Amino acid sequence: MVGHGMTGMLGEDGIHVDMNHLKSGEVNLGTSIMAINFKDGVILGADSRTTTGAYIANRVTDKLTQVHDTIWCCRSGSAADTQAVADIVSYHLNMYSIVNNEAPSTQVAAALFQELCYENKDMLSAGIIIAGYDPKHGGQVYSIPLGGSLHKQPYSIGGSGSTYIYGYCDNHWKEGMTEEEGVEFVRGALQEAIKWDGSSGGVIRMVVLTAKGAQRHLYLPDTAYSGPGITN
Amino acid sequence: MTSIGTGYDLSNSVFSPDGRNFQVEYAVKAVENGGTAIGIRCKDGVVLAVEKIITSKLLKPGANKRTATVDRHIGIVSAGLVPDGRHFVSRARDEASSWRSVYKGPIPVSALSNRLGSYVQAYTLYSSVRPFGVTAIVGGWDSEAELAVDGQVGSGPESGSGGKIQGAKTGGPGLYMIEPSGLYWGYYGAATGKGRQAAKAELEKLDLNSGNLSLLEGVKEAARIIYVAHEDSKDKDFELEMTWISSLDGPTKGRHEEVPKGLLEEAERAAKRALEGEDEEEDATKGDANDSERMEE
Amino acid sequence: MNHFPEAWGRPRDDIYGPYNPSYLQTTGPKTHTQSPAVTGTSVVAVKFNGGVAIAADNLASYGSLARFTDVKRLRKFGESAVIGFSGDVSDMQHIDRLLESIDIRENYSTHGNTMNAKNLHTYLSKVLYKRRSEFNPLWNHILVAGFDENKKPFLSSADLLGTTFSAPHLATGFGAHLAVPILRRLFPDEESIETASKEQAVAALRECLKVLWYRDARSLDKYSIAVISEAGIEIEEDQQIEAQSWAFAEAIKGYGAQVN
Repeated sequence: MVGHGMTGMLGEDGIHVDMNHLKSGEVNLGTSIMAINFKDGVILGADSRTTTGAYIANRVTDKLTQVHDTIWCCRSGSAADTQAVADIVSYHLNMYSIVNNEAPSTQVAAALFQELCYENKDMLSAGIIIAGYDPKHGGQVYSIPLGGSLHKQPYSIGGSGSTYIYGYCDNHWKEGMTEEEGVEFVRGALQEAIKWDGSSGGVIRMVVLTAKGAQRHLYLPDTAYSGPGITN
Repeated sequence: MTSIGTGYDLSNSVFSPDGRNFQVEYAVKAVENGGTAIGIRCKDGVVLAVEKIITSKLLKPGANKRTATVDRHIGIVSAGLVPDGRHFVSRARDEASSWRSVYKGPIPVSALSNRLGSYVQAYTLYSSVRPFGVTAIVGGWDSEAELAVDGQVGSGPESGSGGKIQGAKTGGPGLYMIEPSGLYWGYYGAATGKGRQAAKAELEKLDLNSGNLSLLEGVKEAARIIYVAHEDSKDKDFELEMTWISSLDGPTKGRHEEVPKGLLEEAERAAKRALEGEDEEEDATKGDANDSERMEE
Repeated sequence: MNHFPEAWGRPRDDIYGPYNPSYLQTTGPKTHTQSPAVTGTSVVAVKFNGGVAIAADNLASYGSLARFTDVKRLRKFGESAVIGFSGDVSDMQHIDRLLESIDIRENYSTHGNTMNAKNLHTYLSKVLYKRRSEFNPLWNHILVAGFDENKKPFLSSADLLGTTFSAPHLATGFGAHLAVPILRRLFPDEESIETASKEQAVAALRECLKVLWYRDARSLDKYSIAVISEAGIEIEEDQQIEAQSWAFAEAIKGYGAQVN
């Protein structure tokens, strides 16, 4: 992805974010993020590390962003870009619910995210996972990688740390997990990603989205990511 | 109309002293001269029907449709000035396609009606324009299935999405009628045009709000009602035009389509028999029973 | 053009040398997509007596990462055509939405004159050419399969520059190197195409996909295959490459002189 002039293609392996694309000094969410479907809805998870180069600019970042009551997203790539995109989508979803007197579906949120990421692909480095719950459609997980394509998935992983856990996730994934199993799957996967990826670290945050609404979880590194668990 | 000639009926942007917009009321008159149009909201779909008055024997039968498709799942019929109706449909198509370009999915019938209501209303505010000389009936089916985002690839869990609530609102039929003032309501059965009074009386007999009428019964009733409503203006020839939108597992798979020729002709024959039957009671009941059987297949 | 989508549309390195990015200014005019991100590999297709068969695997790669394994790259247009996409997936989705809006407009009137595959190919090639002329190409190489106005089987390609090419057998990406020679051997002339059965065509495509699975490092063993004939469009989306040959590996020892 070439931005404003300068710099070439994705690396030989095509995976790593083109650092030259980030405007110099830009804050990067070299990240581990994921979202999964489970029996009663969806779970989002993320590490909490934000870096500028090798320096950790924020060690307790919240990369799980609410764009509507039960539609959230995980952000990876440029912090500035993904925040701007999430803010715009949040505004449109708010307008949607007022104008149509009905909560937007996850599909609507995914469509808005995609439009922004696709039409502005030359200016953005944003890898976003959207997960939402609504009573009609149940839980939904969508992934929008770098070029702005939209993929519906049973579960999705993203960010630089995700490359280390493709095997773990493929092996441990099963459909229709209970909430406890789902939380354990996300926790286990992110713990591995944090272990192997230097750009990921800090705490593990999660959000569980079901008919009951949004519930936050937190897992700390000094307790081997065993707790405290639910925080609201 | 006592106020005629007082000057308050000449401009759109001027109220009369007793708070009326005469231009809008005249637009309603234009509608009242148009062929009858009706819509019936059935449990598994919507039927739209219109009495197309034949103004010349030189016109090709079956051409110059008065029903129109908007997106895939919505249809519009209107009574009143035909060119105004065409422009209205064109606007509806633009609205539906603009919704699609933003939200990557079909516009809900309620949202389209809302936008069209606003559009029509704007034509009552300015002195440079006249109101629409049509009352339009918008019918459609909001998909009950789990909708995809247009263009998306991939699929969710094979076992389906978790946490769906049984009985949550999941689409269904929608029927709205938009008047020249911009006023619109949702209806179980809607009628406008020349024969609206008779049509409304017939629609009320159908007990539509109980939600028991099937789409196929609705087609038959719609044809009959147009024929009943035509009674008073027997002088003119007309063509019955009928379209329908069924649920996803129904005959049109959620799309707005013309009622197939065979079924339309059958409904017309039944309608004619029912009208004759009003004079000779005994024949009609037999004919009707056979008819409904044939249509259920 | 070669099988690396990220190299499409660039001057060939072997002739012009690698591109020197210093010519690009750090500040300057707006630039557009100059490389795809998530990509699909080959599409292969062949005509037969009474129709066209077309196939593509279900993979969307992210560089060398096999990122999405359930991506259906054969898209139906109404009941008249199938389009196979290789190259950028986000641009494929863009074109898919474009086609959907056309399909909706086609159904406004009930005259029944719908666009055939040939019309669709002409249209898409002009869209692709327009976008390359805006220096903002849609990074795809597509095959359009269906029928022309005379109800004869139609198969043609269009690439990100708007270049079009037509032949009884076509393939994009790596398939142009590996599949086309196989298809040419199986169906060497016009006559063999005109006498080929649907079953022969489908079997040929399955064979091509198997070779691509062996030799294209961006391919997948799950694929979709579509047959367009007078009977309509049959599309099967979760096929698995079968009857693979690997057991001979047992006889391969060392890389030359070694015997154990």
